Amino acid sequence: MNQLENRNAYMGLAGRMSKKRRRNVTLTIVFLMLLGAFIYCASKGFVLGTYEIRILRLCGVYSIAALSMNLVNGFTGQFSLGQAGFMAMGAYVTSLLIIPAAQKAAIYYVHPIVPWLKDVQIPFLFALLIGGLVSALCAFLIGFPVLRLRGDYLAIATLGFSEIIRIILTNAIPVTNGSLGLKNIPNTANLWWTTIVTAVVIIFLLRMMKTSYGRAFKAIRDDDIAAEAMGISLFKHKMIAFVIGGFLAGISGGLLGSVVGAITPNYFRFTLAYEILLIVVLGGMGSITGSVIGACIVTIAKEKLRFLDAGMNLGFVKIPPIDGMRMLVFSLLLMIIILFYRRGLFGSREFSWNGLFRIIRRIGAWFGRLFRRRGHPEGGADA
Amino acid sequence: MIEVENLKVNYGGIEAVKGISFSVPQGDIVTLIGANGAGKSTTLRTIAGLVKAKSGSIRFMGEEILGKDTVDIVSRGITLVPEGRRLFPDLTVMENIKIGAYLRKDKLDDDIEWIFDLFPRLKERHWQLAGTLSGGEQQMLAVARALMSRPKLMMMDEPSLGLAPLIVKGIFRIIQEINQRGVTILLIEQNANMALRIADMGYVMETGAITLQGPGKELLVNDEVRQAYLGS
Repeated sequence: MNQLENRNAYMGLAGRMSKKRRRNVTLTIVFLMLLGAFIYCASKGFVLGTYEIRILRLCGVYSIAALSMNLVNGFTGQFSLGQAGFMAMGAYVTSLLIIPAAQKAAIYYVHPIVPWLKDVQIPFLFALLIGGLVSALCAFLIGFPVLRLRGDYLAIATLGFSEIIRIILTNAIPVTNGSLGLKNIPNTANLWWTTIVTAVVIIFLLRMMKTSYGRAFKAIRDDDIAAEAMGISLFKHKMIAFVIGGFLAGISGGLLGSVVGAITPNYFRFTLAYEILLIVVLGGMGSITGSVIGACIVTIAKEKLRFLDAGMNLGFVKIPPIDGMRMLVFSLLLMIIILFYRRGLFGSREFSWNGLFRIIRRIGAWFGRLFRRRGHPEGGADA
Repeated sequence: MIEVENLKVNYGGIEAVKGISFSVPQGDIVTLIGANGAGKSTTLRTIAGLVKAKSGSIRFMGEEILGKDTVDIVSRGITLVPEGRRLFPDLTVMENIKIGAYLRKDKLDDDIEWIFDLFPRLKERHWQLAGTLSGGEQQMLAVARALMSRPKLMMMDEPSLGLAPLIVKGIFRIIQEINQRGVTILLIEQNANMALRIADMGYVMETGAITLQGPGKELLVNDEVRQAYLGS
């Protein structure tokens, strides 16, 4: 889809394009206004209940996590599975910075909290940014040894580091409260927060992919030796992608803590990394649109399929309640994608209004042919 | 412009290049010909800094570049058109061209115009993904991408590989055109006939060593070369 736009932009079809452009800008503004109005109504409790809003907030959180993984895996082509660890880092740092001092004594009832953290409480935005920065720093330090690895080795190493982060969080009891986790995390990240942060991340990544950095990432993904021969420093760019990925994962972790209200180290096991990987593969490696749509599909489906966990009576056989039964659906889904639809929903393409209109026209034409054929059965397709 | 002296390169325990010396004067086309496994590609990759040498010296414009990293070497004005094109298949033609100028910070418009003059086909197809181009067009794009770095020395690794004779002719015509614009060219070929025709100087490599050298026209009529590489 965006190939055609490039073509028009280059050919300088200014006169004809400006009309389309104006239409697209208008549509974007209308869409954003509708989205704003929807969030406003939702937060006032007009259209959705708190349960549905919570799911939508999680959609935002998982979108950011998936975008972070997509930047490293889909755009730069480095198979990294460390996202869960970076999210954990962000979640813990942000949560510790926003839980009110009065609550902390109640949370750390087994082992008291370290004194330097006891009275800390800062605004959510700063806490979120610090959480992201700490994650980015982790990514930077981990990046030095692991980014020299490739493919499967990189995946294993990052997964290992992610588990190390989780184990440190479990055992640094005076700071993290160990396996009891943190609770009473202020519920600051409402639908506005998650949606706006997601939008900022999307815009940032879309812009970045148009710069020489974005091109260098994709060049490394396509052929690293050729990229190096062009003078692109492989290590530097892998590191940039990895650190930005770590930052975004940290942000998504910070939001996650505030949305769910309670976190434990076990929340951030490697299964979380697989869940995010599923989203990225489902949406399409190298598609920002794909990651967002994929995150919404998986997050909503995960909630809507809860009935599968409750056990079922199929008439001839009774399935007892099994926790995690719904995850089976996702395993099947992943297999189907890998077997039949390897490029995911969007491949490496992005949403565009022009693309949407092309699809609508194509469907319209298809229906048109269908009806005409019915009208003149002997006329055939050429009518 | 570039002087290679007594260059030795080991490749997984095997001595792929066994102490070769040659030089490429400024403004010339120099070709290395030889069979598969003679060490031609290894030589080019060593000059580009993609492979580490064991010993020897490579001087570019009077400065030693052996042991420098690729980014440094490219920024000095050496570029490599790798064997088998090695384009970025999921990037558009335009993006591939721009990647070639990665190390440059100035405006690219004039260069892009020049390249589209040289390869009108690429202009028609600038919005397509590079992976969808035909073999000849891909080779053109690989050359175009290399030119975008404004090289002083362009090294080409078998540009004729897998292309139809007519397209090979076109590619060689363009190599000469680029050379006339002041770009020095170091060319590796198995298609010795074509390469020697346009070369000012030719070197014949066999199993890691240079066995023959001389002006292209002379090698073209040399009996040994004719028997071994020109099939007559």
